[in-house]
Amino acid sequence: MAGTVPAPAPPAARKVGPSVGDAVERPLTIAAVVGAAMALLFAVTPLSGLVGWALCTYVGFVLADAFDCYRTDGSVLAKDRVATILVATAGLCTVVPLVLIVAYVVGKGLPGITTSFFTDTLEKVGPTDPATVGGARHAIIGTIEQVGLATALATPLGLLTAVHLAQSRGRLARVTRVLVDAMSGIPSVVAGLFIYTMWVVRFHEGFSGLAAAMSLSVLMLPTVARTAEEVIKLVPGGLRESSLALGAPEWRTTLRIILPAARSGLVTATVLGVSRIAGETAPLLMTAFGSDSVNANPWHGAQSALPLFAFQRVRNAIPTQIARGWAGALVLIVLVLVLFTLARVVAARGRKGLR
Amino acid sequence: MTDIPSADVHIETAVLAPPGPKLFSPGGGFLRAVAVTAWFGRHCIVAGVDMDMPAGSVTSIIGPSGCGKSTFLRTLNRMHELTPSAAMAGEVHLDGVDIYAPGSRPSLMRLRIGMVFQKPNPFPTMSIGENVLSGLKLAGIPCGDKAAMTERCLTRAGLWNEVKDRLNAPAGALSGGQQQRLCIARSLAVSPRVLLMDEPCSALDPSSTMRIEETIREISAQVTVVIVTHNMQQAARVSDYTAFFLADKGEPGRIVEVGPTSELFNAPNDPRTEDYIHGRFG
Repeated sequence: MAGTVPAPAPPAARKVGPSVGDAVERPLTIAAVVGAAMALLFAVTPLSGLVGWALCTYVGFVLADAFDCYRTDGSVLAKDRVATILVATAGLCTVVPLVLIVAYVVGKGLPGITTSFFTDTLEKVGPTDPATVGGARHAIIGTIEQVGLATALATPLGLLTAVHLAQSRGRLARVTRVLVDAMSGIPSVVAGLFIYTMWVVRFHEGFSGLAAAMSLSVLMLPTVARTAEEVIKLVPGGLRESSLALGAPEWRTTLRIILPAARSGLVTATVLGVSRIAGETAPLLMTAFGSDSVNANPWHGAQSALPLFAFQRVRNAIPTQIARGWAGALVLIVLVLVLFTLARVVAARGRKGLR
Repeated sequence: MTDIPSADVHIETAVLAPPGPKLFSPGGGFLRAVAVTAWFGRHCIVAGVDMDMPAGSVTSIIGPSGCGKSTFLRTLNRMHELTPSAAMAGEVHLDGVDIYAPGSRPSLMRLRIGMVFQKPNPFPTMSIGENVLSGLKLAGIPCGDKAAMTERCLTRAGLWNEVKDRLNAPAGALSGGQQQRLCIARSLAVSPRVLLMDEPCSALDPSSTMRIEETIREISAQVTVVIVTHNMQQAARVSDYTAFFLADKGEPGRIVEVGPTSELFNAPNDPRTEDYIHGRFG
């Protein structure tokens, strides 16, 4: 194409699609109806203060906009508009608390983040030392080991369960599904108590990172299994059929065709499982117990973990200890985020060049 | 190929001729359906189909939608039973051996009787070359010279010249027609005796359709082809034998007529066949 007639400048793109901005083009109507609605709401409802004002304005806005749209465009478009606004609001209501939580933890935790936080422990820290002394190295090591072990335990089991749930239609699969669903309802305290009585006390194994990992894997398994099941079900049935039509046995079809096709979704399932357990505190109290010094051996002896660290610091009445707790919470969030990103990158790299 | 006695008689009333030596030609398997009936749950889809699909020939199955052609095709390599609630009766003989015999393994039967589906479905996680050899890998068959095998199968499927420089490219990047030919190459790699095709061209444009029809004609010397099609012209162009299926309202589909394609299209025995091929219904 180069060297021929120069291409004309592309025309400016026209703005298409609906926008909430339309409402602003009818300011008078909007203002009048919003005012009336607000007056009415303030007079009728017991709401007051900033929240009440915001709520009344919002309801007034929705009603006014719907009425305005109804007047000009009819009831179908008005309903569509109300639905659009409500859906957008619901989305906002989900995102805003999340952002607020993260921002709050960052604000509270950032002052406590120093290099010593990653290199030092609480072994030689006195109650009156400033927050910059000592660190959470022992807790970071504990969390990585416990979550890693729990993932190693729960992921293979969860994926196998998912394959069973998605591929077989027998009675056993139905029973399994009910049990897995019930399992996802197990309170984390119960999972911790279970391992405590069965492993820590009964088998005289004592507190350990392994015990913590076992209780965490109980919580992780149903999440991985049900998410992976849904992902496996999304693989087009045609792929399975054409593999079987080539004379492949079921197990090879699953291993070579279905699981690779579902790969990135399975990574997501695992990551969801990890984020489900990374912040668990209650089961750790009864299995890892907590410690102020480094115990890198997950098979034996009490270990700390970031959630445990945060919990035990924040319970103190001393402001410097509470600051350490917030820093621990921040590191935990960042750790999960890093894991999540890593998993995404790995999943994306695996299929580079294909698809 | 056209003087096989068993196929040009009206099967519904005639006794099936015993397979002669000619039917066991090395160029493909001889497939025979005996009183094949198939259900989904309590709903009977096709009933009492007797039909021969002679070795090394192309047999097409035509008929209006919902007459059970695809279901019948899927009983021919035990794909039917993959659907929950599916059931079947009757026998399907490959070279004289019932593929539903007790103890016969479905995956082994599907290895001998391959299938190409309506929608092209190459494996998305594999490259073009890997797709061709995937059947061997999946069935656990050792493959000697992989490059030669890939070339041979792609050549037979009429795709070699178009993809020989990009065998490592993802299969999803091919056009629909190329994908379907890749699926044919993939099926041929495991050297099936019979290849079943379920409306292989219905998702493709006319020129791709033509390429596939050429491919079918070329491979039919070495593998028996059974093709279900909605397109009567295609059946007339590509097949040696044609079977016409029909289902009355609320009734299971039955075979109305089967015979050499030229006879069935030019001088059908049954008035319903004549009505259908002249477009008076369906």
